[in-house]
Amino acid sequence: MAKYLFRRVLASVPVLFVVAFIVFALLRLSPGDPAMILAGDGATPAQLDAMRHSMGLDRGIIEQFVIWLSKVLRGDFGVSLITGLPMRDLVLDRLGPSFALCLSTITLAVVVAIPVGVVAAWRQGRALDRIIMSGSVMAFSVPVFIIGYVLILLLSRGLGWFPVQGYRPLSEGIGAFALHLTLPTLTMSAPFIAVISRIVRSSVIEVMGEDYIRTARSKGLSERGVLFKHALGNAAVPIATVVGLSIALLLGGAVVTESVFNIPGLGRLVLEAVLSRDFTAIQTLILLSSVTYVVINLAIDVLYSILDPRIRY
Amino acid sequence: MTTSSRPDSYRVRVLTVSELKVETSPALERPPLVSGICFDVCAGETVCIVGESGSGKSVTSLAIMGLLPKGALEVTRGSILIDGEDVLSASETRLRQMRASKMAMVFQEPMTALNPVQRVGRQIEEVLRLHTSLTARHRRNRIMEMLEAVHLPDIERIYRAFPHELSGGQRQRIVIAMALILKPKVLIADEPTTALDVTTQKQILNLIRELQQSQQTAVVFITHDFGVVSEIADRIVVMNRGRVVETGTRDQILARPSEDYTRTLVSSVPSLVPRHRSDPAAHKVLEVVGLGKTYEKPQFFGRARAVAAAKDVNLTVARGEITGIVGESGSGKSTVARCIELLIEPSSGSVMLNGDDLTKVRARDLHSVRRRVQFVFQDPYRSLNPRRTVGDSVMEGLINYGMPRRDAFGQSAESLELVGLDRAVMSRYPHQFSGGQRQRICIARALVMKPELLIADEAVSALDVSVQAQVLTLIDDIRVRTGVSILFITHDLRVAAQICHKILVMRRGEVVEVGDAMTVLANPLHEYTRTLIEAAPGRDWDFQNFRPIHAPSATIN
Repeated sequence: MAKYLFRRVLASVPVLFVVAFIVFALLRLSPGDPAMILAGDGATPAQLDAMRHSMGLDRGIIEQFVIWLSKVLRGDFGVSLITGLPMRDLVLDRLGPSFALCLSTITLAVVVAIPVGVVAAWRQGRALDRIIMSGSVMAFSVPVFIIGYVLILLLSRGLGWFPVQGYRPLSEGIGAFALHLTLPTLTMSAPFIAVISRIVRSSVIEVMGEDYIRTARSKGLSERGVLFKHALGNAAVPIATVVGLSIALLLGGAVVTESVFNIPGLGRLVLEAVLSRDFTAIQTLILLSSVTYVVINLAIDVLYSILDPRIRY
Repeated sequence: MTTSSRPDSYRVRVLTVSELKVETSPALERPPLVSGICFDVCAGETVCIVGESGSGKSVTSLAIMGLLPKGALEVTRGSILIDGEDVLSASETRLRQMRASKMAMVFQEPMTALNPVQRVGRQIEEVLRLHTSLTARHRRNRIMEMLEAVHLPDIERIYRAFPHELSGGQRQRIVIAMALILKPKVLIADEPTTALDVTTQKQILNLIRELQQSQQTAVVFITHDFGVVSEIADRIVVMNRGRVVETGTRDQILARPSEDYTRTLVSSVPSLVPRHRSDPAAHKVLEVVGLGKTYEKPQFFGRARAVAAAKDVNLTVARGEITGIVGESGSGKSTVARCIELLIEPSSGSVMLNGDDLTKVRARDLHSVRRRVQFVFQDPYRSLNPRRTVGDSVMEGLINYGMPRRDAFGQSAESLELVGLDRAVMSRYPHQFSGGQRQRICIARALVMKPELLIADEAVSALDVSVQAQVLTLIDDIRVRTGVSILFITHDLRVAAQICHKILVMRRGEVVEVGDAMTVLANPLHEYTRTLIEAAPGRDWDFQNFRPIHAPSATIN
């Protein structure tokens, strides 16, 4: 296991390197001179040259890449072109809300979707299954911002149970933290509940048709025992895949939900960076979300080999 | 060898099935799956239920276990008494208690019958947890005893193993251990050896017999293989289309069947006596010299590990003759076939087809070579595209080689007529045909290309015996009429004996014996060939003539 883990981690290094290079090259190759943007319209050619020199733009592209990468590896992502603040501090600032939202969303999604999917599989083709599956189509196809606004309208404006917008860090007390997080979590988890419950349903149905399920029944196991002791363990691999990918997707920042609920997370940062053409910020955020993807994928692969002993690479 | 000598006074009737009728639920406009099924089994007795696919033998066995799929099939009449208790009127809770403790089941496919993500020790333990109040230590002791009783080696390691770490035979031993650990009164074995190699099959049959005798289990053995039946049955129930055709002792059914259906079934069992001799002077259509295929398993560090799937294989197929490759799973017989067809690239050696070395053919000339070698595969249910008409499937090859559709249509119709089908079938879809008819379609599809060599890879293995006999006759008939040369790959010595002129025996990628069919089967030189022949079930019975073969070992009176 340790050897396998080591091999997998090692194999991720070239992937990360390629990702870093593409992220770097993407912005260097795109039209527009960052120095010109930063220096403003009135800058003289001499000022521009000085600016380029101080930013390292007058060196060869490979040299620039090496310098940039070595800084990134030390945790120095450069300075935001717009605010002039170090990117590292900007990201760290926004990490808390995004992370909290991601964690609560995925927890809710898993806790709801797995039982719902299992029940749908259980009653396959019956009314309950149909109701659950139609609900899942709706949850998946209605845009997130509509769900968000409807929830605000009903539960905040209407019943007044939750604050309309905003975010309170955990340090300001768990009550406020939870209250502010509830609606965004409900909103964002809807499509994930839909997707995960569908995968759970189809994998459980598939597994319930396997020969070893018949074997389990012939041993005298109850239907519930068959389900929990034999079916779920075997259905776990596809479920783990979709849950893992959902986490990666969520960590990348929830642009829409964070905007609707005015949460100062990474998603909002992405939006701000794009709108103000803050190249350093865009670069940093793309890089971080790519790294997250690679790491989560690695974690899923490792999880596979724990869930299914047949999987050994 | 046989058990017909057991004194009748010991006989306690353990399982009684009477007037069993199973229908689809809700009842559709179709006949019941089984009806009027009656038979009984005594302690220590083996009753074989024999029948072809669709005869209702598996439905009957699931009904005894109370495992018919709920909401799909339902027992509408009859009773099933186990030890005097009716399974059909038992509550769901009582039924669960009875499973594994009163009646247990061993299934056909050991590869899929065990939960792949649980250690096998735990899967056996589950039975004890459910039905006994033994402590953990006692459970473990019982399991270890049982693993020893099913003759598994290195039981400490096996206890902790996952199913995929065990061979098919070992997994079937685990399933048997699981089924018999509570000493149930009735064991239902549903084709338990069909998926296994003959040598493993023999071991498993012996094992079931051994445990049955020590525990006095009543065994219901479901099979389509009369060879197996002749070795293990005390009594036989012959089923066809959901009904019992005939019931009797082994000798009654095999030697003096009273129903025509039983006669046909028994006499369809191919004989082990070879029928053909190869003509050494005949022109060699295919000559394979020194063929090898090595798979390299790349390692992350260090050198790749090489696995030889075929080593130094030499074989010839003469014009108008059938050369058979016989071997167990993993022997490399299919690898050789795929190398000849160039579906995989051989690592060494040459494949000469009428003087052209196929291994030297350049990629762009491959197209023209493909036409000269055609394939018939094992599973007729999966080798035809379900969304294309039979006509389209048969014509496709010709059209690929540039023939106008009208001509291709005509030739395909002729080809279908050659295999005994009407040309009208061309507009129909594969699902409208039975397994035997589909295999005829596959043969027609191969023949329409006018190949120099036809490779039949286990082409009759998935078919029922009576259909198998027809398709074998058809293949031989086509060989005589068209003069096509055939490479026939099979695991079944009986089939090889019926159809092959020459036989190669392969084991672990190597040819251990090659020669005339008569010589190889009647006077095998290699020890492995002898093992294979000895393991072939039903060697002591001459099925065509309904009588035992009098060998010194036979004890039938």
